[in-house]
Amino acid sequence: MEESGNKFGRREILKGLATVPVLGFFAYGWYRRQRYDSYLKKSIYQEVNLDAENPVVLRKVSKEKQIRLGIIGTGSRGRALLKGAGFLQAEIIDQWIEDASENSNDKRYEEYLDQEDLNVVLNGVCDIYDVNVEKGLNAGANVDRLPSAGVKGTRAKRYRTYQELIAADDIDAVIIATPDHWHGPMTIEAAKAGKHVYCEKPLTWTVGETYEVRKVIKENEIVFQLGHQNRQTDSYFKAQKAFEEGVLGKVNLVEVTTNRNNPIGAWVYPIDEEANENNIDWEQFIGPAPWHDFSLERFFRWRCWWDYSTGLSGDLFTHEYDAMNQILNLGIPHSAASSGGIYYYKDGRTVPDVLHQVFEYPDIDLTLMYSATLASEKDRGKIIMGHDGYMEVGNNLKIYADRGSTRYKEKIEEGVINPDIPIFSFTPGMDHVDAITSPTEAYFAGRGLLYTYRGGKRVDTTHLHIKDWLDCIRGGGEPSCGIDAAFEEAMTAHMGTIAYLEKRKVFWDKENEQII
Amino acid sequence: MKNKSQIFWLVTLRVVIGWHFLYEGVVKLANPNWSSAGYLLDSAGFLKEFFYWLASDPAMLNTVDFMNVWGLIAIGLGLILGLLTKPALWAGIILLAFYYLSHPPLVGISYGLPMEGSYLLVNKTLIELIAMIVLMYFPTGMAIGIDSLIFKRAKKI
Repeated sequence: MEESGNKFGRREILKGLATVPVLGFFAYGWYRRQRYDSYLKKSIYQEVNLDAENPVVLRKVSKEKQIRLGIIGTGSRGRALLKGAGFLQAEIIDQWIEDASENSNDKRYEEYLDQEDLNVVLNGVCDIYDVNVEKGLNAGANVDRLPSAGVKGTRAKRYRTYQELIAADDIDAVIIATPDHWHGPMTIEAAKAGKHVYCEKPLTWTVGETYEVRKVIKENEIVFQLGHQNRQTDSYFKAQKAFEEGVLGKVNLVEVTTNRNNPIGAWVYPIDEEANENNIDWEQFIGPAPWHDFSLERFFRWRCWWDYSTGLSGDLFTHEYDAMNQILNLGIPHSAASSGGIYYYKDGRTVPDVLHQVFEYPDIDLTLMYSATLASEKDRGKIIMGHDGYMEVGNNLKIYADRGSTRYKEKIEEGVINPDIPIFSFTPGMDHVDAITSPTEAYFAGRGLLYTYRGGKRVDTTHLHIKDWLDCIRGGGEPSCGIDAAFEEAMTAHMGTIAYLEKRKVFWDKENEQII
Repeated sequence: MKNKSQIFWLVTLRVVIGWHFLYEGVVKLANPNWSSAGYLLDSAGFLKEFFYWLASDPAMLNTVDFMNVWGLIAIGLGLILGLLTKPALWAGIILLAFYYLSHPPLVGISYGLPMEGSYLLVNKTLIELIAMIVLMYFPTGMAIGIDSLIFKRAKKI
């Protein structure tokens, strides 16, 4: 064989290139695999007519006219709503900047700066606790979203009573974030004064006031939004579409849950050291509730007493219910049964910490089950079960084919659909690495209550929900959780509570709109 | 390396490891949503802070992703073709060492990402790594591979 110069013998060349055919074999294997994968995908997409595109079309409404806001209740939830509207205390921004300097995944300030300017001004703040008032006023003045060192805008006026705030001429719209027992009376007063209302959930504390609230809102033609910000979550829109497309087949059972296991989750909030009888207007706190002597515990942890609260049914079930009402358009159930007790937090509370409620919808052949515990974090999710498939709904959406499905029977037999692997999954903003901190925050985030994604960016759902309300004030239309949805929410929650308290099954008389 | 069976099996070992690298690289390249972030953030062991740091900055993460994907592909091609076999082996060993050290199968550590077997200290990554070290001592590219054409004059085996 020739081995000199640049020439190679045939044998050498063969040896040198002997493994090249492996690449051809690799390419063929890759092609086969790709073809098989795309066949699987196509076959599934033919069945499940959904794509992974973001389903939300942003509405364009001119923001030219400034809306003048007032807020009643600037506790932690009220301040979260102010943040959604574009008003955040400088101290929090300071903290965020410090945290971000230590952890570059912490994008809270960056995201807040990206939050759309809604062209609103905060003209009035009403709270019965001086410390909260101060925080609310500081937030409202921070119009440029700056840290403490920055320049501030003018501070809103403080109102001692909500009636005065509502009556103010320089306020067009009111945000209500008070304890439950005040939602109804304040909404009624505001609607009568022709002020638009954004009210925290649940709509009402008693059944009776629910009718009145709906009546005055409709009569006065104000724009009303109930604070179920889950209405802005991408995956819920997707879930709704999937349900409407019949991907799940006939749905007979829906299971929703609350699974919390920490004092904050159980409403045992810290009591401010600086709080006392002199800086809390106790009489106004009591309002329509039965009289009780001054109690810091009751003031800060009001959710634990029926006197001011609607318990698990009004406070946490309503989140789950409204999400299902959004996806499945459930309406008010035919009947409700309920049981539970105070099993873990024997701290003097009157509302249960373990609760189960079963709602029947015979008209649509469906049962809605709610099961809650405040003493276990085992995540039981939110599951919509149909004959052909089931859906797990959270910030992500997963749809699985059911092994016994009629619709997918052939595809399952062919091996195209594997019941253990989702036939559709939707993860908004998938590329993103989050920096959500506490377990309670993670709980809310998983329920679409903290963030969702628009155009690949993480956005606060509360902000979107407030924006939706303001868009309707400016451009007309019904907000995504308007008074009819709110009425359904309140009545359903009340039915559950009455069934629990009276230890009986209660019914909804559709014709007369009465709980019997 | 006189024995033909020895050469045959050593080359086969090189080619299948190359195939594995190439496929891992091509799969990641074909998936637009792939990122090493999840893997890095799932790290444990004494180097975990380093791997977290790699994932902490988007620009850095992009570089890591790019180097990983194209590194895998280049190493895979090198091993299959016997082209620059030694540098490919070196690069592969370093890469595998990173994988191993980011997810060491130590007692008392569990990972979020699924693993396909049960391991104690020794896992498949480590075995593949050591197989590549073995290949370093047998320059198979000079027997079967393009290296034999390039470096023919330099050294004969």
